[in-house]
Amino acid sequence: MAVLVSTTINGDAVEFACEPDETLLDVLRNRLGLTGSKEGCATGDCGACSVEVDGRLICSCLMLGVEAEDREIETVEGMADGATLHPLQTKFIEHAALQCGVCTPGFLVAAKALLAKNPDPSEEEIRFGLAGNLCRCTGYDKIVRAVQDAAKEMRGA
Amino acid sequence: MPLDSTFTGQSFKSVGTRPLRPDGIDKVTGRAKYGADHNVAGQLVGRILRSPHAHAKIRSIDTSKAEKLAGVKAVITAADLPDLTNGDSGMFDILDNCMARTKVFYDGHAVAAVAAIDAHTAKAALKLIKVDYEILPHVTEVDEAVKPKAPILHKNCFTEGVEPKPTKPSNIAKVTEFGHGDVEAGFAEADFIVERNFKTEQTHQGYIEPHACVASVSPDGTGELWVCTQGHFVYRNHCAMLLGMDVSKLRVTSSEIGGGFGGKTHVWAEPVALALSRKANRPVKLVMTREEVFRASGPTSATSIDVKIGIKKDGTITAGSAELRYASGPYLSMWAELGAMTSFACYDLKNVKTRGYEVLVNRPKSAAYRAPSAPMAAFAVESVVDELAKKIGKDPLEVRIQNAAKQGTKSSYGPVYGPIGIGATLEAAKKHPHMSAPLGPNQGRGYACGFWFNFGGQTCTDINVGQDGTVTLTVGTVDVGGSRASLALCVAEELGIPYNQVKAIVADTSSLGHNDMTDGSRGTFSSSMAGIFAARNAVAILKERAAKMWEIPVDDVSWEDGHAKAVGEKYGNLAPLSLKDIAAAAANTGGPIAGHAEIVADGAGVSFATHICDVEVDPETGRSVIKRYTVIQDAGKAVHPTYVEGQYQGGAAQGIGWALNEEYIYGKDGRLQNAGFLDYRIPVCSDLPMIDTQILEIPNPNHPYGVRGVGETSIVPPIATIANAMSNAFGVRMTHVPMSPPRVLKALEAAAKS
Ligand code: FES
Ligand code: FES
Repeated sequence: MAVLVSTTINGDAVEFACEPDETLLDVLRNRLGLTGSKEGCATGDCGACSVEVDGRLICSCLMLGVEAEDREIETVEGMADGATLHPLQTKFIEHAALQCGVCTPGFLVAAKALLAKNPDPSEEEIRFGLAGNLCRCTGYDKIVRAVQDAAKEMRGA
Repeated sequence: MPLDSTFTGQSFKSVGTRPLRPDGIDKVTGRAKYGADHNVAGQLVGRILRSPHAHAKIRSIDTSKAEKLAGVKAVITAADLPDLTNGDSGMFDILDNCMARTKVFYDGHAVAAVAAIDAHTAKAALKLIKVDYEILPHVTEVDEAVKPKAPILHKNCFTEGVEPKPTKPSNIAKVTEFGHGDVEAGFAEADFIVERNFKTEQTHQGYIEPHACVASVSPDGTGELWVCTQGHFVYRNHCAMLLGMDVSKLRVTSSEIGGGFGGKTHVWAEPVALALSRKANRPVKLVMTREEVFRASGPTSATSIDVKIGIKKDGTITAGSAELRYASGPYLSMWAELGAMTSFACYDLKNVKTRGYEVLVNRPKSAAYRAPSAPMAAFAVESVVDELAKKIGKDPLEVRIQNAAKQGTKSSYGPVYGPIGIGATLEAAKKHPHMSAPLGPNQGRGYACGFWFNFGGQTCTDINVGQDGTVTLTVGTVDVGGSRASLALCVAEELGIPYNQVKAIVADTSSLGHNDMTDGSRGTFSSSMAGIFAARNAVAILKERAAKMWEIPVDDVSWEDGHAKAVGEKYGNLAPLSLKDIAAAAANTGGPIAGHAEIVADGAGVSFATHICDVEVDPETGRSVIKRYTVIQDAGKAVHPTYVEGQYQGGAAQGIGWALNEEYIYGKDGRLQNAGFLDYRIPVCSDLPMIDTQILEIPNPNHPYGVRGVGETSIVPPIATIANAMSNAFGVRMTHVPMSPPRVLKALEAAAKS
């Protein structure tokens, strides 16, 4: 039996019905058309499905849709402010921190959460902070540089 | 000369710059549509039932209960994919791999599939399908499979390529041989000979996006397929053949692709999705789970390689030979052949001989993985070269420089090299600051070289000029890592207009002529060549239109910097016409302006790399950490240097994972035990250092701008580079990859004992 859930996604009030065993990722992708969050594994190992729930970084493939009730969910689709990209988004493009780009939404959400906690991370802190996200294309070099550069810009340095 | 591919030697305005990629914003905002992001009205969910056995006869399949389940719209087995391959054994193998017919050959082999109204129903239906198996003995290890008493996969497999043809079946499907000179005479001249066996375990390409497609077949025999692929035209040809459809009636659209590395050059689930759709008469979406990706798609070959190399005290390599056994999965492939071709390609050898054995095992059908087969061969050869250099007391880099192939060298696989970059990468390594940086305790530095052919192939490209003078570049090679930006740069260069005036798109199979896969590092090489030719054809038309506008002979019009110019003093008062001016007048001068090119892009330039790596080994745990890594590679011409660097870094990172962690682990029961990213561990951000790159540019004489392929060579040297670094760190030669902590510890303990 489907359950009715009320929640907030990227600042908008949203209602959806889902099965009790459906993951938040499936709800986002299949019921709400928010396909920016990707499924790379469905087991919490790749981070491609990263979203923030009440400001906390989680793998949306490991959370149930019904658990979204009364939460604030932020996905990659909510990162830009209208036509203005988030500094992380701009820096990812500038530094070519994406090749195929399928890991990119997860990295952006994870990096945003990291910088919220630690606005001036060292290279090591970035590397460990993003260790839950897999990228098979880039070797991470350009991702780390993009995050460093975005952090600098966000600090106004 | 529109179709002259000779290197022009021109100086560049656009090529070599680093503009933003055209698909960047879509990819950072989540708008870009990958394989699983597409949906169509009325679509069903497809799911595949897979064999739990490594080797078994299929006695019968009972689908009746599944068919009766409410919400199930189609159930298929091999009977719904009849053999239409007409004696084409390669296509038959693809068909058999997509859906097992009489036997299953590996854990994960597809045996049936369902399409249902939702995922729940589809999963429930799979449980209702009853397959009656007769379990057969299996073999998963390459060295076991070649033994005389090994279980035989195919009773009709008689080794190809040996004389006389064997009378008994075996798991060695084919033997190929390469080389020249007399290796025995060469070994007789040597002062030192090293002979060793090297093993590499099976790895997966590990793209983050699982295979996904949406298939829709109509009763009138037309069809549509949306799919993540490295080559939608080839997928179309394969699917049309396997399903008995007309090629032109199947329209395949390639989605954005979330990584492929060779793994998305083969059809797996797509023919199944089409067959389900045909039977259900509804669109079917089929997305593989990560477990299915590991169990049933990819991976590369596990190998066992015997190498023997002889050297004189003065450093001359007198002979090299190798016997290379590559596990191919259950079907004949050419992976050992490629290993045999590439193993000694870096060197100028008088005497060389290699034999490749394609070995059938009960594992998934091996697929291409970035410079397929070369990394394992390079691991074996480059390890032995290093060891020999030490034996004669010479610097391993100097020994490589001394024996490096050069222009005019007859390569170990046959052709004579044109201008090549192996020597240059080695010289650059010698001068690199990395070489003189101090090393800490438990650290070692290693280096190794790598080679890849690069491919060309069939390519078809269009250029269309809009009424405002902006240009659409339509290509048929899938963009796997930023090639739309590189191709737009080349066309902008040729037309003499800014990069921003060109928009590159990847067309579906109904919009353009055939294009081969984006594989063999051919995407930018071949599509830029076709793009340049198409641009030259467009320029010819632009000149005609300008001549018409001016009412002068076309021979008096030249094309410079994006403008038509009237040549000759008599035209002194005619101001140049820009591409925009000419485009605006097109309606009155002859209609739309376009350029087209269809080619077989010959002359892909071979590419070489040298890598340097510092590794630190913890003697207590056997864990190794890469402290510093440098890639030096010849690009021919780096069209978009940032994306070239990205290819170098990505290949190195995959090679590091292969060297240190990644491996398929099979149980005694022949089942894959680590079909997930938790237990099949690819490098994460905290495992790696920054990866330094140096791009060398030794122009390819067979491309107008000197471009070679850049995508694959970077994965070839890392395994050997790291193994050599480890041997320098603790004095033990590692011969089995991955060099995971348990293996390193064992090697350390063995060394301590001896
Ligand atoms: S899909 Fe959620 S972690 Fe991989
Ligand atoms: S850019 Fe392809 S997985 Fe990260």
